[in-house]
Amino acid sequence: MSNILEVKNVVKQYGDYTALNSVSLQVPKGSIYGLLGPNGAGKTSLIRIINQITMPDSGEIILDGEKLSPHHVQHIGYMPEERGLYKTMKVGEQCLYLAQLKGLSKTEAQKQLKYWFEKFEIEGWWNKKIQELSKGMAQKVQFVVTVLHQPKLLIFDEPFSGFDPVNANLIKDEILELKKKGSTIIFSTHRMESVEELCDDIALIHKSNKLIEGKLEDVKRQYRKNTFQVGIMTNNVEGLMYDLTQKFTVGQTNFKSLNDDLKLEIDLGNSTSNELLSILTSRGQVTHFAENIPSVNDIFIQTVSQK
Amino acid sequence: MGVLSLIIKREFIAKVRNKSFIIMTFLSPLLIVGLSFFVGYLASMNKDEVTKIAIHDESGVLKSDFKNTKQTAYVDLSGMPLQLAKDTASKNYEGLIFVPKVADIQELSSKVEYISDESPSMEFIMGMEKVIDTKLTKNNLTTIGFDYDKIEKAKVDSNIHLTKFSGEDTIKGINEMKIIIGGSFGYLIMMFIIIYGNFVMRSVIEEKTSRIIEIIISSVKPYQLMMGKIIGNSLAGILQFAIWAIVGAILLFGVSAFFGIQTGTQASVDPAMMNAVQHELGTTMQSYIKEIFNLPLGTLITCFVIYFIGGYFLYSSFYAAIGAAVDSETDSQQFLLPIIMPLMLGVYIGFFTVVNDPHGTVATVFSMIPLTSPIVMLMRIPFGVPWWQLALSITILFATFLGVVWFASKIYRIGILMYGKKPTWKELYKWLKY
Repeated sequence: MSNILEVKNVVKQYGDYTALNSVSLQVPKGSIYGLLGPNGAGKTSLIRIINQITMPDSGEIILDGEKLSPHHVQHIGYMPEERGLYKTMKVGEQCLYLAQLKGLSKTEAQKQLKYWFEKFEIEGWWNKKIQELSKGMAQKVQFVVTVLHQPKLLIFDEPFSGFDPVNANLIKDEILELKKKGSTIIFSTHRMESVEELCDDIALIHKSNKLIEGKLEDVKRQYRKNTFQVGIMTNNVEGLMYDLTQKFTVGQTNFKSLNDDLKLEIDLGNSTSNELLSILTSRGQVTHFAENIPSVNDIFIQTVSQK
Repeated sequence: MGVLSLIIKREFIAKVRNKSFIIMTFLSPLLIVGLSFFVGYLASMNKDEVTKIAIHDESGVLKSDFKNTKQTAYVDLSGMPLQLAKDTASKNYEGLIFVPKVADIQELSSKVEYISDESPSMEFIMGMEKVIDTKLTKNNLTTIGFDYDKIEKAKVDSNIHLTKFSGEDTIKGINEMKIIIGGSFGYLIMMFIIIYGNFVMRSVIEEKTSRIIEIIISSVKPYQLMMGKIIGNSLAGILQFAIWAIVGAILLFGVSAFFGIQTGTQASVDPAMMNAVQHELGTTMQSYIKEIFNLPLGTLITCFVIYFIGGYFLYSSFYAAIGAAVDSETDSQQFLLPIIMPLMLGVYIGFFTVVNDPHGTVATVFSMIPLTSPIVMLMRIPFGVPWWQLALSITILFATFLGVVWFASKIYRIGILMYGKKPTWKELYKWLKY
């Protein structure tokens, strides 16, 4: 699959401070790409460079096979973390204006607006000023403004902040639908559960450097520790433990279970899961057997605290 | 439609729709006219009041010389003892003129007293002194054998007739009038620059604080946004000025019609007839109005528009950069002072040097320096400025604008994405190099 966006060795410095230290990324077409990193890692700097708000000191950006240039703004939709609209401008006029700035004709913009306003059931807001709307309402308008010009690449910075759960879900569904329609979505967030849920690919930026990039499963595979959670009911705990510690590193753990079982975390080391399983079955009733899959949250914390 | 024109349109509409803009445009000409009538009314009301002054004249020679006028009435208290006269005057009158008994009438030149708790106006004191002067002079002349009345009759009040080489009459005070007209245009430019520069700055700060800036500049270049903002606001300013000019012209024609003089093309077509009419009516008012129409009004108005645009563009680039650098209007003060200073300087130079010597070195130099030229040059134009000076000054102005806009857009580009700390001058300088 080809990449919609390629970032190649991008460097950005502010005075003596290096915001991006030769960062390269590949965003596959049609994916949802999670851009992760702690505060101040350089995510916003990178997003601003992709949006051509600032220019990189060196390196280049390729959008859909072409070197990034000013006319590409119409193919990118950007929702910054700090949301903003003209407070005293009417919703309809504002959306039209912003859509036209993105290169849409007035009639096309009106058509798109009608579609989105109906979809979000906000037709009645056309003549309202932003300052008359609640924060959540303004966020909806902000979302519409971002996607209105049907961009190939959408960049959302913390898209769910400020939405109540109902609206957050609505936006999530919209993002998935945009993906289905062929858009690529980059989203930058701290909310790891939404990354788990939505992202196909992730990249982690920390202290101006990219540390991890790849398909979510690949990254997880890379970070798997070969440990299993085991639940077992046995009369002979000591015998079991003796057998296990011969081959594996064993620890106590806890997970939700309906049985009054022994809960263990077992590091396979060089052995296989079947070897473990055969010991377990010989010693008692196995009630739980699952590999510990690292969560994005674990990977994030582990990587960030290591370096 | 190009993005620049979209931005210009939005800025223009946002400005023009603003309630305060509409009120300012249509109300302020009325307000100015209304205010001047009100001030005039107050002044006339003041004149109707009669001030009562008591006189205690022990010499008996002066009291008959203080004659009642519309504003002043003199009450003779010479019959009373001095102390009683003082008490009465302090209670009932504005003041008391005390003329002591003297051996020689000439002593009165230094011995007359005016007693009052309120300090009298200069005009009033000079009036009193004149009465005494006349009396004593008359007395002196009589003593040495001259007839005062004959001398008065022999005095001549000359009046030089001012004309141009073209044969047209000119009137006294025309220079003052020119400086008033040039000055008001210059002043108008200064006001416009400050008011509209502030509009630009506020609009930049608004975009920054509402955080829409990041969305806008992900679609357009910061430079385009800044220029669109400046041009959009200037169009609103020109519209406002045009409305004022139309209202003003209607008022001016109304006034000149009221004073019964035909103006405009006829004045230049037939000066002879003009003169005849003028002499017939003989009022100064209508000759002033005629002079106004004889000024290079076309040049003045054209130049006003050109200098307004040039000066405004120049200064609002500064204002835009400042707006981008700060987070709120209160933070902007420190940066605004250096902008307002040259504007004030322009106005002062205009009023103090252009009046005395409209084509002198100081006036000429400052009408070339782009920061002051919009004001100083406009003040010079009524006195007639060679076209090459105009051309040079305008060229310098617009060239400087291009340079400044380049610097301003660098600061703007960085500033709009900076939040939190108020930058120092040093940081602004650093931004130029990013």
